[in-house]
Amino acid sequence: MSDQTPLLSLRGINKTFGVVHVLHDVDLSLYSGQVTALVGDNGAGKSTLVKCLAGIHPADNGEYLFDGRPVSVHSPKDAAALGIEVVYQDLALCENLDIVENMFLGREQTRNGLLLDETTMETRAREALTSLSVRTVKSVRQSVASLSGGQRQTVAIAKSVLWNSKVVLLDEPTAALGVAQTRQVLDLVRRLADSGVGVLLISHNLTDVFEVADRITALYLGRVAADVATKDVTSRQVVELITTGHSSEIEGAPAPSTV
Amino acid sequence: MTDTTTTEPESTEAEDVGFASDLTQSTTLGESVRAYFTRVRGGDMGALPSVLGLVVLFVVFGIANDRFLSDLNMANLISQSGSIIILAMGLVPVLLLGDIDLSAGVAGGVAACVMGLELVKHEQPWYLAVLAGLATGALIGLIIGVLVAKLGIPSFVVTLAFFLGLQGVTLKLIGDGGSVRIDDPVISGIANDNLTPFWGWILTVAVIAGYATITLWGHHRKVAQNLQHQPLAVVVAQNIALAVILLAVTYLLNQNRSVNPNFPIEGIPYVLPVVAVLLILWTFILGRTTFGRHVYAVGGNSEAARRAGIGVDRIRILVFICCSTMAAVSGIVAASYGGKVSTSSGGGNVLLYAVGAAVIGGTSLFGGKGKARDAVIGGLVIATIANGLGLLNQASYINFLVTGGVLLLAASVDAISRRRRSATGTS
Repeated sequence: MSDQTPLLSLRGINKTFGVVHVLHDVDLSLYSGQVTALVGDNGAGKSTLVKCLAGIHPADNGEYLFDGRPVSVHSPKDAAALGIEVVYQDLALCENLDIVENMFLGREQTRNGLLLDETTMETRAREALTSLSVRTVKSVRQSVASLSGGQRQTVAIAKSVLWNSKVVLLDEPTAALGVAQTRQVLDLVRRLADSGVGVLLISHNLTDVFEVADRITALYLGRVAADVATKDVTSRQVVELITTGHSSEIEGAPAPSTV
Repeated sequence: MTDTTTTEPESTEAEDVGFASDLTQSTTLGESVRAYFTRVRGGDMGALPSVLGLVVLFVVFGIANDRFLSDLNMANLISQSGSIIILAMGLVPVLLLGDIDLSAGVAGGVAACVMGLELVKHEQPWYLAVLAGLATGALIGLIIGVLVAKLGIPSFVVTLAFFLGLQGVTLKLIGDGGSVRIDDPVISGIANDNLTPFWGWILTVAVIAGYATITLWGHHRKVAQNLQHQPLAVVVAQNIALAVILLAVTYLLNQNRSVNPNFPIEGIPYVLPVVAVLLILWTFILGRTTFGRHVYAVGGNSEAARRAGIGVDRIRILVFICCSTMAAVSGIVAASYGGKVSTSSGGGNVLLYAVGAAVIGGTSLFGGKGKARDAVIGGLVIATIANGLGLLNQASYINFLVTGGVLLLAASVDAISRRRRSATGTS
């Protein structure tokens, strides 16, 4: 699987905040149609890496390749132009607006550049939700305040389908959800990947990771401890990678040097 | 009628009962009515409290004083409420952001003062004078908006400072204790002249026909495109209700209401079409344009709006400009009604009346919820209280107590319904 050209890849990314060296020569590859899980303990650099990807904090140096071509991503707009959508942990939804209005927030379709084109927006929102086989939402004109946590996460993810995103970054999508809702969201993540999108899933929950991810990239103190296929590792090995930065039983994992 | 199930286990959002699995069938009229009551119980009361309050006030004042329901007084009530309604309509977008503009009343006073001086001192034609007044309002709004959005000073503080400062500007412009008489026939006619009965009927029929065309066409298009839509019966009922109210008001106002039989007074006061045009304009801006959508978004969750790429600062500045410009319109209408601009124009309780009107109408002080029509219904409530108590010849302290009480009541209803909404998850 990893023979194909990565849809998005980072090579030798470094990032410092003042004297703090947060990311050391990080390599990361996302493939279309695959879910890559980014795991690591608190402070390992997961959030910083996502912010580099999303253009919120541009990396100090290193290569950013999209579809094999080097690109420069210096702002969230650059990332959005490439088709990179970020679904934040604290969902960026407006509770007083309905689902359609939220999905098109900031990118409203208009007629004559003035009138909101509700027909197109409602139709496209319904198509996006249908393409993800979303069954839990009763009406696209429901206000977001009336949705459960899982349904809100669903809306946030469906937004990325609506805009034909090529890469979707999900920051802890199941952190605040119950069992059934986690189930729904993971199914949705899988369907999203199956539709050809490259998905990066940041999660603390290894059960979720093993259930849905194709590859696992483990970060330890700002370095990549391992980049492995999920089927080749066990949960115990991943815990070792997260906590100590290496696992004796995994070949090819670069030995992290202590800083 | 359709495969609707009213026993959906988690259907707190009654509006969507019958839209299982994201279908768009229309519900029946009975279901819509039931859904409405469920929504009201869930804390989403909309215009209901204010409409009920208006009915109660009319009944009470009608019984207490037989002159209250007279044609003359009803026309007077409309002229009185005009400036409150317009000011409240300007405040609605500011309240939607969760901000407040305490200076809107005196900003209207300054704008009316500029207009008055242009008319009297510089002898400009009325339209240039009005334009100068509106520009004054827009400038005040721009400064407030920049201070709030760019410097990050709470709007409460900025506009409190402007509330004090602008009163000084009016004093400086007019001079201590003075006033500017408004003699211009056009300006003075806004609140004091009437449409001829013929044109009143034409206008009313045009509005009814226009509303029917837009709503029925919209309904037809939604059905054709398979979008979510209300039952046809509800749309028709809304149309009939609007037609009955408008025809009744027009009929009433087209009666001769003069006490002196030699000087007939009849027709719709010009201020009514002015309010109607502004109502249509703001309903359109808030409901149908990208700008309006962004105002709701910033009021609901400004961080989400920022991440969605909306220029939050820009929206906030524009909203304050709109508010102060509407305040200028309100100040001009008030000057027309009073026949003069004085140093106290727009001061006192004008602003609190307008905030009260918006909140009584159903606009939330917490941001994100409200409509232009709230200002109209709430403004009528406030004006009715002032008018009715005035007819009863009560001491003015009663007027203050009652109005303050009503404002507090409306804010309590807002806070309680907000708690119920968050408890039941409806919005």
